[in-house]
Amino acid sequence: MEVVLVFVSAALVNNFVLSRSLGICPFIGVSKRLDTSLGMGLAVTLVMAFASAITHIVYNGILVPLGLEFLHIIAFVLITACLVQVVEMYLKKNAPNLYKALGIFLPLITTNCAVLGALLLNIELFSGSIVLAMVHAVGAAAGFTLALVLFSGIRERLNYSPVPKLFEGVPIAMIVAGLMSIAFLGFTGMINL
Amino acid sequence: MIKALVRFKKGILDENPIFSQAIALCPVLAVTTTVNNGIGLGVATLSVLFASAMVVCFIRRFISDRVRIPCFIVISATFTTVVQLLMEAFLPALNDSLGIFIPLIVVNCLILARMESFAAKNPPLTVAFDSLGMGLGFTLALTLIGAVREVMGFGTVFGITVIPEAIPRNILMILPPGGFFVLGFLIVGLRALKRKGA
Repeated sequence: MEVVLVFVSAALVNNFVLSRSLGICPFIGVSKRLDTSLGMGLAVTLVMAFASAITHIVYNGILVPLGLEFLHIIAFVLITACLVQVVEMYLKKNAPNLYKALGIFLPLITTNCAVLGALLLNIELFSGSIVLAMVHAVGAAAGFTLALVLFSGIRERLNYSPVPKLFEGVPIAMIVAGLMSIAFLGFTGMINL
Repeated sequence: MIKALVRFKKGILDENPIFSQAIALCPVLAVTTTVNNGIGLGVATLSVLFASAMVVCFIRRFISDRVRIPCFIVISATFTTVVQLLMEAFLPALNDSLGIFIPLIVVNCLILARMESFAAKNPPLTVAFDSLGMGLGFTLALTLIGAVREVMGFGTVFGITVIPEAIPRNILMILPPGGFFVLGFLIVGLRALKRKGA
């Protein structure tokens, strides 16, 4: 039961993009087409799931016993960077079209604050259980994907709408995101962890 | 020297990281519920940016081109750790309200972008002014957004009441949606000003 609660809470109630304001760069940058958003979401999910397991082991198994907690930022970033490299090589070989479509945003997953944010929240909230930490990360990634896909759907429609000149590009995207964020406020208080 | 000063001004105005380039938006939206938070995170980011850019500038000859990105990340992670430890020690209240956004400075796109596109290619003086300008531009943007949201959401600036109690506060402004709206409309406003000036 707790597993379900953690997942729903990370995906909907505390949606990373719309409630925690994490991962805005790919949200604004990538999500211009539906299929690339989905691909991006899947890549982030993969990286996040593995990264949260590995960082959990490294943090509790190496850093804490040695009293080196202050090194966690460097350690987490390096682990993420290595994983992104692996995912990149895998996609390049097995899904070259997706690899091309994601372009620069694929290596930038390393610096996606949603990924590092999830890892940092994991040690704050779920340092006791590797399963909950992974569920939290996958839930967060699912919420990120959901926001990205919804947003890209709206943006495809925006292309055909008469947007005032001054609002073109980032401003209208911000306002759309704001409205979506209001919608997600509806989930507030549904689950209190 | 003149070129350095031009870079400094560019970072604050023409190429303002938030308003013109629209990068590094996550911390901008998340922490700018008050002016204090805005300035706090702005200055923290500025220090990490400046220190990392200078280090990259001085040791770039020894970094192989292939591993430069991991090196840049380790450098900025080091300074982020330093800033976080300093804030924990000397500004615990601010550290608490900024939460995970202090460690997240390490993945701030602005810092990596400046290291990659500027600090790795230019002489030290220009790099110093460039990173100071970009950092200040970032800080100003955070402060401005923080001020707008604090005034509209709490009716205060720096915690001092500026709007009479009788006028209702708009609580939405300090919730996540407010960040999106304020940033969107500020960009529109600045575009309008620029167009008028041009």
